[in-house]
Amino acid sequence: MASNSPGGRQRPLSPNMQLYRPQLTSVLSIVNRLTGILLSIAAIALVIWLAAGAAGPQTYAIVKAALASWTGQVILFAFTFAFFLHLLGGIRHLVWDTVHGFELRAIYMSGWTVVAASVVMTVVAWVASCCMGR
Amino acid sequence: MERDDMRTPLARAIGLGSAKDGVQHWWMQRVSAIALVPLTVWFIAAIIAQTGADYTAFVAWLRSPITDILMVLLLIALFYHAALGLQVVIEDYVHSGTRFAAVIMVRLACFAFAVVGILATLRIAAGP
Repeated sequence: MASNSPGGRQRPLSPNMQLYRPQLTSVLSIVNRLTGILLSIAAIALVIWLAAGAAGPQTYAIVKAALASWTGQVILFAFTFAFFLHLLGGIRHLVWDTVHGFELRAIYMSGWTVVAASVVMTVVAWVASCCMGR
Repeated sequence: MERDDMRTPLARAIGLGSAKDGVQHWWMQRVSAIALVPLTVWFIAAIIAQTGADYTAFVAWLRSPITDILMVLLLIALFYHAALGLQVVIEDYVHSGTRFAAVIMVRLACFAFAVVGILATLRIAAGP
């Protein structure tokens, strides 16, 4: 998209992300996309897990060991946090679709609620999982 | 005919415009999102309850009728939602000729993964 202006001159494109000051609203918008991409990868992991289960106990044990490893646990933790950010961010979008919550105060309030609730829910999920594992 | 209408008379007569696919895409993204709220919350809760479970327990879990129905519904909604979302990301950031190919790749991959996931679920549910 370099020369889209008459005469082929380089013109600045808006929004210029390098000059734009990050705000909660714009950051959460990008986060919703990034977590969506990340969760698409998580969906592939889900299919691998199910396919390993269908293949038999040996294959399932390999996938289970990979998930239980340190790397696997860190990735699963990231997936969990991404999931709650995307879930709550998505619910925020659905509320906006009903033409509610567009006042600046409401937008910041719902934004910070999404961040805080995602952190809390991720921690609760992992504490619950650790309790079940014992 | 209005002066400020940019469309050709033929386009007006046929009634085809850009504002059809987009609305459908936007709407289906919302419908799949609404379906995914209970399905993913169920899945997370179920997976937490399954922590540390061995193969026998995993198979027994997937064999219960409720679990395999919910798992198939989850896979359909999940990959449909992913395909719609990834398509928007590609359309926003890929401007070269690879965009068309990328959208097709994402669509086919999402469809294939959904089919593999569903068949794996049904195979486990049906037993050896």
